[in-house]
Amino acid sequence: MIKVTTFIVLATVLILLSVNLLHEDDPINKAQYELKQKYIFKPTAKVDHSQFDVLKKEFKTPQEVTETCISCHNERHIEVMHSNHWNWDRLEYVEGKGIAKLGKKNVINNFCIGSSGNEQACAKCHIGFGMDGNTFDFNNARNVDCMVCHDKSEEYIKGASMAGYPDRHVNLTQVAQHVGRPDKINCGSCHFYSGGGNNVKHGDLEESLLSCSRSTDVHMAGNGINLACVDCHTSDKHHIKGRLYSVSSTNTNRLECTECHTPKPHLNELLNRHFSKVSCQTCHIPIYAKENATKMNWLWSEAGKLDQNGQPFFEEDSMGNHSYMSIKGSFIWQKNVQPEYLWFNGKAKHYALGDTVSTFPVQINSLLGNADDPHSKIYPVKVHRGDQIYDPNTKMLIQPRLYAENKGDSAYWMDFDWELSAQAGMKEIGLPYSGEYTFVQTEMYWPINHMVSPKDEALSCNECHTSNNGRLANVNGIYIIGRDKNKWIELFGHLILIGSFVGVAIHTIARVVSSKYK
Amino acid sequence: MRKVYIYRKFERFWHWSQAALIFFLALTGFEVHDSFSLFGFENAVIYHRVASYLLLGLIAFSIFWHFTTGEWKQYIPTISKLKMQIQYYTVGMFKGAPHPTIKSPRKKLNPLQAMVYIGFKLIMAPIVILSGLLFMYYKTFDVNDTIIISSIPLNIIAIVHTLGAFLLLAFIIVHVYMTTTGHTPTSNLKGMITGWELLEEENISVDKQEKNDHDERTT
Repeated sequence: MIKVTTFIVLATVLILLSVNLLHEDDPINKAQYELKQKYIFKPTAKVDHSQFDVLKKEFKTPQEVTETCISCHNERHIEVMHSNHWNWDRLEYVEGKGIAKLGKKNVINNFCIGSSGNEQACAKCHIGFGMDGNTFDFNNARNVDCMVCHDKSEEYIKGASMAGYPDRHVNLTQVAQHVGRPDKINCGSCHFYSGGGNNVKHGDLEESLLSCSRSTDVHMAGNGINLACVDCHTSDKHHIKGRLYSVSSTNTNRLECTECHTPKPHLNELLNRHFSKVSCQTCHIPIYAKENATKMNWLWSEAGKLDQNGQPFFEEDSMGNHSYMSIKGSFIWQKNVQPEYLWFNGKAKHYALGDTVSTFPVQINSLLGNADDPHSKIYPVKVHRGDQIYDPNTKMLIQPRLYAENKGDSAYWMDFDWELSAQAGMKEIGLPYSGEYTFVQTEMYWPINHMVSPKDEALSCNECHTSNNGRLANVNGIYIIGRDKNKWIELFGHLILIGSFVGVAIHTIARVVSSKYK
Repeated sequence: MRKVYIYRKFERFWHWSQAALIFFLALTGFEVHDSFSLFGFENAVIYHRVASYLLLGLIAFSIFWHFTTGEWKQYIPTISKLKMQIQYYTVGMFKGAPHPTIKSPRKKLNPLQAMVYIGFKLIMAPIVILSGLLFMYYKTFDVNDTIIISSIPLNIIAIVHTLGAFLLLAFIIVHVYMTTTGHTPTSNLKGMITGWELLEEENISVDKQEKNDHDERTT
């Protein structure tokens, strides 16, 4: 009887065990599954603007369109006029500076340097009409450009060097009748082409995202969930979620992956645990600039070479990108770039016009954070290196005047004279220029957030957990298993292992020898 | 010479499964340590964890066994004859001198062995096990995450664990070699496999004492 009972109990346990061990679940990540279901449904327009009588007219100026928009949406322009897209600066508490105004008005970048004095050209990406210098009235609602963001007709385009006015060929009536929720191209018309061409600046934001596959970007892929920018970059009163650290400095209003995904998104607890120190982007964006190259290096010091006729010229690299332009200098473009990895806590510092520098390369912006800061995680970053014009006496970076319509206006792109353009540029913003200039090395940091790869293309463990020049080889302050070894423990360990073998060998030999003598 | 049943079933099972687990843990552990690659980092980590849980389970059983059978007394180190034992290994055995201590089921370990094994049980194994547990449950703290262990930096835990691993490896090398110093080079090994070992004759009184002990235990 006991035997039978024991047998039955044992057999039951064995069967249950084997069912558990042999049964392979097809694991469904429920949170992710629900997300996919949620974003299947694309928002549709609530009204058809082409039916509205106020829009059935011929618009002569873009301001007329704005006035008509405001005639119904009679509060929205106020929201827009409080946004950074309009003001190009905002009040922020900046570490080390206190309350400061920061934005495109007073920070510079590592590409075309700065907009001050060059607004006529740069305002192509301002959401207004006519920002051509210091005289622009930021309180005039008529100059708000609703169309650049809300055009659904793909008709609207801002003119080159027209201070933000639309191109003359744009049919404003057509645009006004087809407005709605912004599409990728609305955001992309500026954010893809910033810096003077596709993918120049970001590296992870460019026109290929308009129509890409999942391996380029799982979120925006046409054969995937096909999200638009504004699906994630939601807005409240035209205040858009998300931070771009070339102009932002605070750890607020950030758009993080956890906005949709949970902080423990993997079914594997070991992977989830990484999140305390490693950002999602680190593993899930192994490379950026997947389809088109991005600019990695820009040497302004090389600018100004002219051909035998005294005319500016350009050269192209093997991918068809400019490798040299007389007006801008020499560039290095790269495709499928591995990011560099840095500690980042969501705060950044910027070189603002008028700051003096003491360390080189000059950090145009720098991402703050370190291993001991609980708010810091390891992030993938595009580091754009180059050189810029600098005044060795005032120790300031120089804002040169680059753009002018005609020769003789001291613009470098017309006259190719750094002396004049430095003088004119600094005068324009009211900063001193000693009359002497040189070029210094500069660096700019761009956290990588887009071009998320499918999960099977994410980083594998041993790309970081290796002592052989892994991805995180230069990240310090943290012990990474497989990467780090304590040299004394290694030495001691190897010594006792070798010692043991040697001792055993000597003992063996002694035994063999002594047994021969017997 | 006589054949004696010296290692009981559980003892042999414990010894060999522990040996296998330690080998496997060393293999996977040093792969995670990036000393070589075999299974791949991710698999090595998973296998290392599974094996460590198995080892913990086994150790729990063996502790229970040691105390219920009284076998733990085998490991009480004695100073007497310790010097003779060291002398035997360094000088005596080359001259063909006899073993200074006589192995029996009641006294399986010579004084040197008792000393080393208690070091193994009380120092080496706890070092790796405790640091290993800290390693497994280590969480640095994050704004959104709970703090489990944050006052001990991970590199300290890792250093201690690695140190323990090196000590264990050195132990294994010497331990395996020392098995060849029995009556014949393989007699110790055979003993641990079959349980029966060819041992030198003891004097009768010890035998009697042991028999009494055995009776006490079984009654």
